[in-house]
Amino acid sequence: MVAIEAREADLDATVMSSGGEVTHHTAAPRWMTAVLAGMRLGPVIILILLVAVLSVASDVFLSFENVGNVLKQSAVISVLAMGQLLVIVTRGIDLSVGSNLSLSAVVAGIVWRDTGSATLSVLAALATGTTVGLVNGGLLVVGRLPHPFIPTLATLTAASGLALYLADSKTIQGAPPIVETIGAGRIEWVPGGGAIGWFPVATVVVVAVAVVMVLVTRGLVWGRWIYAVGGNPEAAVRNGISVPSVLVSVYVMCGLLAGVAALLTMGKGHAASPTSGALAELDAIAAVIIGGASFLGGRGGVANALTGALVIAVMRNGLNLLGIDPNWQYIATGAVIVLAVELDVLRGHLERRFRSLQAAMS
Amino acid sequence: MNGAGMNGAAPVLEVRDAVKRFGAVTALDGVSLSVAAGEVLALLGDNGAGKSTLIKAISGVHRLDDGSIVLDGEDITGANAMAVRAHGIETVYQDLALFDNLDPAANFFAGRELAGPRWLPRGLRVLRHREMTDRTHELIDRLQVSLPDYAANVALMSGGQRQAVAVARAVAFSSKVVILDEPTAALGLRESARVLDLVRRLRADGVAVILISHSMDHVMDVADRAIVMRRGRAVGEAVPTAANQAQLVSWIVGLDGGRAV
Repeated sequence: MVAIEAREADLDATVMSSGGEVTHHTAAPRWMTAVLAGMRLGPVIILILLVAVLSVASDVFLSFENVGNVLKQSAVISVLAMGQLLVIVTRGIDLSVGSNLSLSAVVAGIVWRDTGSATLSVLAALATGTTVGLVNGGLLVVGRLPHPFIPTLATLTAASGLALYLADSKTIQGAPPIVETIGAGRIEWVPGGGAIGWFPVATVVVVAVAVVMVLVTRGLVWGRWIYAVGGNPEAAVRNGISVPSVLVSVYVMCGLLAGVAALLTMGKGHAASPTSGALAELDAIAAVIIGGASFLGGRGGVANALTGALVIAVMRNGLNLLGIDPNWQYIATGAVIVLAVELDVLRGHLERRFRSLQAAMS
Repeated sequence: MNGAGMNGAAPVLEVRDAVKRFGAVTALDGVSLSVAAGEVLALLGDNGAGKSTLIKAISGVHRLDDGSIVLDGEDITGANAMAVRAHGIETVYQDLALFDNLDPAANFFAGRELAGPRWLPRGLRVLRHREMTDRTHELIDRLQVSLPDYAANVALMSGGQRQAVAVARAVAFSSKVVILDEPTAALGLRESARVLDLVRRLRADGVAVILISHSMDHVMDVADRAIVMRRGRAVGEAVPTAANQAQLVSWIVGLDGGRAV
């Protein structure tokens, strides 16, 4: 959110500093700047409207219990969406995160069942997720498959099959205590004796991942390269950025986060199911797009991924509370995707108009 | 053709008898040229004359089939694009190769970010945002270009401002030769004038500039010398003045019969 506000301020400054000379041109860009800034905040506005409507329509929606539930339900999508964001910023897509989640959970479940070591189980989930990511990146870069859709479609099916095979198509019961804590733990709110509210431990994990991701994407050279590759891959090559290693790295990171999401899912269900991540990739992609990152690459930050994940979770929760047929959830998600992307298209159009006005003024 | 620069100064860059073939097509058929420090050399010629092939050969994108490229006395024939840049030859292509989604400082330092600490692998170093912005500011100021806002993405900048960022980036890293491919092609009158000012300032800074342009007015305005290419050969060389304009145009269109000079 901070980043969005900062950019808004920048745009204002643009108009201030260049608008002085030619008075009759200033009105249009200033108006446009406001609209552009507003559109960047579009997903946040969608979220606020959803919350406002639902708090009026349902008495339960804003209760402590329900807010805790929404946060808990959004945790897995949030973590997956942050990984997916990196991939989408580089103009890619990772279809395998759902299957990767299932496979990572199953491997962690088997390790826990057979060794009883929490540490090994957690490491197994993270290592499995990372490995699938490495395979994705390797197939894309070394195997020269034409589009990330292909290798990640392949690993989607393969990882899902492997998860079912390893688990013998059954759910593996049990999870290490630490995994149960991060997946299902509650931080109780106890002023005055009685617990009046709670906060999911999973959300603490989401916040921790988000903080690391913000620091990495904004503060490290690697983060800068990710955005450079997404903004102009050819120019990145000409400037000596190793595009193949950047690409591999984002799929690896996305895989690692699928491993984290696997632990959250496993902890939430106290078991590892070989289908626990089915279709989660679609939620993750939808969250990134709804949150306002550009599907064409180069644009969008952690805040966008989290906003999108919350929009999806709030919408689902709200439709449930209102007793609406669950199938409407999917239709509503579809509508919000279209709405969010239309906003992005319109914003791009306005940006080009803004640029030509700048030229006229300079 | 005489290989030396117009003031008789030692050339910074020399291309000798460059030949480049693409299958049966001979794109460069024994071209030679040279450019001195503080000189603006215009490269003229109709579409397909071989100008782009020549600059791509100089900048290391194409490998010559024959001939040599010498920079400051050192033979750099066959060096790849990154090596050529490291030697101090920067090329600003028509598409500018900017990152629309990044601000001017990020564009400037793309691939050579200022970051530390040094003992970490490059990708894991922490960006020094302030330092990069300050240095970008300095360089752009030196070129006497004003950008509306150093924190805005270059997507929001005008064509001239974008050109300025691209040119400034090219000269920022102590380059000896800057090649500008049609820098004014997409610009209006006023912005073109600013880019030409920029070229003059590069010359004043002692940079050798190779300017490709279709605009005879712009060439007469800033270039010290013009070489005309046709069918992969250099067919004429003159100081671009109003008096020589007719001669240059006839070389470009081939009215002199197309003899090589």
